[in-house]
Amino acid sequence: MIHKFSMNGVNIALDVYSGAVHVIDDIAYEILEANHDVHSFRKDKEEIIEILEGRYTLRQIEDAYGEIRQLIEEGLLFTEDPYSSYLKTWDKQSVIKALCLHIAHDCNLRCKYCFGATGSYKGDRALMSAEVGKKAIDFVIERSGKRRNIEIDFFGGEPLMNFDVVKEIVAYARSKEEQHRKNFRFTLTTNGILLNQEIKEYINDNMDNIVLSLDGTKEVNDRMRVRVNGRGCYDEIVPKFIDMAESRNQDNYYVRGTFTRDNLDFGKDALHLADLGFKQTSIEPVVAPDGTSYEIREEDLPAIFREYEKLAVEYVNRKKQGRGFNFFHFMLDLSQGPCVVKRLSGCGSGHEYVAVTPEGDIYPCHQFVGEPDFKMGDVFSGVFDAEISDKFQATNVYTKEDCKKCWAKFYCSGGCPANAYQLNRDIDKPYWIGCELERKRVECALMIQAALYDENR
Amino acid sequence: MKHIKTLSGATLKKSAATGGCGECQTSCQSACKTSCTVANQKCEK
Ligand code: SF4
Ligand code: SF4
Repeated sequence: MIHKFSMNGVNIALDVYSGAVHVIDDIAYEILEANHDVHSFRKDKEEIIEILEGRYTLRQIEDAYGEIRQLIEEGLLFTEDPYSSYLKTWDKQSVIKALCLHIAHDCNLRCKYCFGATGSYKGDRALMSAEVGKKAIDFVIERSGKRRNIEIDFFGGEPLMNFDVVKEIVAYARSKEEQHRKNFRFTLTTNGILLNQEIKEYINDNMDNIVLSLDGTKEVNDRMRVRVNGRGCYDEIVPKFIDMAESRNQDNYYVRGTFTRDNLDFGKDALHLADLGFKQTSIEPVVAPDGTSYEIREEDLPAIFREYEKLAVEYVNRKKQGRGFNFFHFMLDLSQGPCVVKRLSGCGSGHEYVAVTPEGDIYPCHQFVGEPDFKMGDVFSGVFDAEISDKFQATNVYTKEDCKKCWAKFYCSGGCPANAYQLNRDIDKPYWIGCELERKRVECALMIQAALYDENR
Repeated sequence: MKHIKTLSGATLKKSAATGGCGECQTSCQSACKTSCTVANQKCEK
């Protein structure tokens, strides 16, 4: 299977199953176009010549045709799927290797698009106790088998509203590392309101990653990210975030924003973050049910596509000028990205990654918290619903009809089961708007790689 | 080749043989928390 597209004056052909990526000229592009089939190349030279004659010389057509044939021989174009048969015998035996600890189901902001119901996740506002946190650490130690690296995310609500407990849990986990041969890596997500010097120092000493929530320009940020009294938070948090990012040498953090249909020109927000000096950025489409007024709709797609492309072009310009920045979804390492096993198995929610609520209840991931059908157990009783876990484990890009056919499957890994459930009530049925966006982002990322190829060598 | 420049070869196919150790980060965690992208993840090996 191949996928070809043109963007920013570059033609790209991706060979889906081998992972090969080629930049092709217009003749080669037209030959692939004339073939009309993404799965195999059946046209013989005479047929191609007939179609392209007049626009290119015979010599040119023959040459390009020969090159395509050569790549097919070398297993770099129209490669057949070698993985689907391998998957049948694949016994994954997953272990839990990552926890999202909902350290505070409470928040000092009232962001209008919050999927956690402004911190409460449809339940009571509550803080996790150190006891629950420690039980969760025991749980992951017990369930992680031989896996050495364990990721713990402190999430909310706003985690800094319960910072003493964060510290206690970190200390507890560290105290168990040697005995159980584990290496804990911590991440904390924060809206920044409570950040101060002391907390900053603690985070820099103890957290591998930190996610700083900021949507972009003041106008955009303050429309959604507001205090209880309705006042925006931009002025308060931006200096703290800049300081935080600098103190981490502009690495191992993300400033992360959300865009909605109210700011489909989110590219300017990404650039605003870059202009503020942030080198690690991410802006994500909002997760929202239909009918909220700010959810992404079908009619918004052309504008969003244009915006991604525009951002990608500027991204390349800035990299070339030596003032580049990273945008989460445009980052792509063609030479040594993750292995194919990871690429086809998805996010791990429900079987490698679970979320724990302040009460100690376990859910497949942070976005399932509060969905009664998805409660998997709790950290106290040791109950862990194998049925739910197996269901999540059983899904991969080959079990989802849409993904099986999709050229982007090894970049996307099968979409977000939580979105799929929210929108389609089926974790195996990806949310199609999300898919459209994902495919566009992958195209942008590939174009960027092509544009920077000579520079990176 | 005159018409085609290959940026990367059969990297994916090669990784099938060596991959699957599972020591890497789960994908949703790193930055977005709302979507699943793997291509930008780091391999731990
Ligand atoms: S973009 Fe959609 S169809 Fe394609 S792999 Fe991702 S979830 Fe599946
Ligand atoms: S289900 Fe979605 S939100 Fe949850 S971990 Fe997976 S990709 Fe992330």
